[in-house]
Amino acid sequence: MSESTSGPDAPVTYISKSQAAIERAKAAGRKALIAYLPAGFPDKQTSIDAAIAVARNGADIIEIGIPYSDPVMDGSVIQAATTQALDNGFHVGDVFDVVAAITAETDAAVLVMTYWNPVMRMGVDEFSRRLAEAGGAGLITPDLIPDEASEWFAASDKYGLDRVFLVAPSSTPERVAKTVAATRGFVYAVSIMGVTGARSSVSSAAEAVVAAAHDAGAANVCVGLGVSRPEHVREIAAYADGVIVGTALVAALRDGGVPAVGALAKELSSGFDTPSTPVKENATS
Amino acid sequence: MVDPATAFLQGSVPEGSAPEHSLRHAPGPYFGSYGGRWMPESLIAALDEIEETFEKAKIDPEFLAQIAELNKNYSGRPSLLTEAKRFSEHAGGARIFLKREDLNHTGSHKINNVLGQALLAKRMGKTRIIAETGAGQHGVASATAAALLGLECVVYMGAEDCRRQALNVARMQLLGATVVPVTNGSQTLKDAINDALRDWVANVENTHYVLGTVSGAHPFPAMVRFFHEVIGEEARGQIIDQIGRLPDAVCACIGGGSNAIGLFHGFLDDAAVKIYGFEAAGDGVETGRHAATITLGRPGVLHGARSYLMQDEDGQTIESHSISAGLDYPGVGPEHAYLADLGRVSYEAITDVEAMDAFKLLCRTEGIIPAIESSHALAGALKIGQRLTADAEKPEDVVIIVNLSGRGDKDVQTAADWFGLLDEDGNVKGTMLSTRSAKGAAHGAGVEHEKAQGEKAQGQEAMDINAEDASNE
Repeated sequence: MSESTSGPDAPVTYISKSQAAIERAKAAGRKALIAYLPAGFPDKQTSIDAAIAVARNGADIIEIGIPYSDPVMDGSVIQAATTQALDNGFHVGDVFDVVAAITAETDAAVLVMTYWNPVMRMGVDEFSRRLAEAGGAGLITPDLIPDEASEWFAASDKYGLDRVFLVAPSSTPERVAKTVAATRGFVYAVSIMGVTGARSSVSSAAEAVVAAAHDAGAANVCVGLGVSRPEHVREIAAYADGVIVGTALVAALRDGGVPAVGALAKELSSGFDTPSTPVKENATS
Repeated sequence: MVDPATAFLQGSVPEGSAPEHSLRHAPGPYFGSYGGRWMPESLIAALDEIEETFEKAKIDPEFLAQIAELNKNYSGRPSLLTEAKRFSEHAGGARIFLKREDLNHTGSHKINNVLGQALLAKRMGKTRIIAETGAGQHGVASATAAALLGLECVVYMGAEDCRRQALNVARMQLLGATVVPVTNGSQTLKDAINDALRDWVANVENTHYVLGTVSGAHPFPAMVRFFHEVIGEEARGQIIDQIGRLPDAVCACIGGGSNAIGLFHGFLDDAAVKIYGFEAAGDGVETGRHAATITLGRPGVLHGARSYLMQDEDGQTIESHSISAGLDYPGVGPEHAYLADLGRVSYEAITDVEAMDAFKLLCRTEGIIPAIESSHALAGALKIGQRLTADAEKPEDVVIIVNLSGRGDKDVQTAADWFGLLDEDGNVKGTMLSTRSAKGAAHGAGVEHEKAQGEKAQGQEAMDINAEDASNE
């Protein structure tokens, strides 16, 4: 609802780690680069090394995905990676080690992206406590909508965690408002009706989704799904507060290991360099 | 004796107690603490549209007349209620009546739901329907409804299930549908649902997802039940016509639980009627290779609903196992979870062996080849019959209705294999059971579609039924 730094109804003074990371990027004259990598792919240590490499090459926020048996929002690249992680013996508890290792080595805010059942199984409070203890910033929840999130509201308030909900091109104005009000950190704008996966161009729907979320009072709105190239980053930076890249990084890690994923992060962040970033957008703050 | 649609048209209020005290008409989205909408935001608008369309349609005389007409003149309803006299001798002497959903067009109860949902798809202006299928029955029914109503149809089916139910793959193709074999995960029903959801989110503008069971996000559990309520309504009227009173117990098999909830609906408010649901115990619940979700699962969220779920310590879905493709699902409809917790319905598990024994018994005593899914209900009914007659003065006073949810034509190959009728090449050893060319022909069709497929969430325009690869890279 408001543009305050801690989102609506924040009980106590609370600094959102992901919001702070976005503000730091803006202070440096650019937008935030947000990088997704699955925990445990190709193995636990390499996933940590890859995240650190990405953070050192321009990523402001790291999203660590929890491999899950039924990833309905993911395309084939991420499905294959998370399936491999599970086959290699990944356990949900490992994600806290991964988060702790990244936060120990970098300044990046580290969010965990997870389907909801693993959180529910551990217990929402217990999961949140351990995430906060590991230095995590909060959760991105692709299959949890605010309507079902009462337990998560309580736990995220209790432990000072960000709750990143998604808005989509199909979201009605009422739902955008509801989601923005529930969100803390940033609003995740889904660029396209579809699952994760690199695409040759970013859907034109994205700009409208971002505008709708801004209009509903969101301080920060970041765009994900289909983003894979520096020119996408440049294009999105013109109207959004951050750019989310997943599949392209996972494919780079798969094909070229840690050096390749670091190099891609660097290349993607070069998308912010060209000062074509327009003046028109009033990105709050 | 009339279904709800017909009753409405005749201006009669459905019998039963006041709705607020009724278990029969639970509207969702929540059934106790179960149900809800654990879904990506991208699909919420579509779920809202379905809910709104359904809520209007179910009280719209024109829609109800369409359903009633199709039920009567297309599906062949009302389905019979047949007393299984020789089979009953093995149930402690209890009288067993079979609700003959196997006699419906397409051979199972599934047609009730797909006709309703396909009509709703048309009302929403959708031109394409997608469906998941396990045994193939729901896929065949969806392909049938699509052909009847002029809709494009894509069916997602686990590659493992394509092998087990190859004949149904061919059946769907003959009806003009595209079958996409799913090679992710365990290659069974849950993975087919995952891929159908991925398709739906990408194509939701022109596509309706015809979910095949009382699972998933609201309004699917309540909506799918509504279209199957006709089973219980008819059965209730028929048993009263035939014996002059309500049965002592009703039995059905449970995968997601749609045939069961349809039958149970007719009796949930009759406290004297015991209700039993039979899950698949596979190799036995103690082996870990089963699909006994309520018996051994714990609450979680999968495919949009909170319900009982087979999951490990990490909340990862555990792969289920059953000889029956239609019951091979690690989740269950949220209303069943609720009824289990309330204690209104007793859920028990039936092993592959028990189900196949009952399959054979029904073949030999009644001349009816049941679906293997339904055979779980038959095996359960034998147990319940023995239990309920144990201290009955006159065993024949105990009356049980079993939902014979589907016919076993699709299962002939599996059954022939199980009973040792096939040689090593899969050919029929003797002439006692003639499967003719089903094995070879069906197997070939399945193999053609076992090609690895890539991401196909983008949907596919070309719907050539002869296309070798229906997926879209």
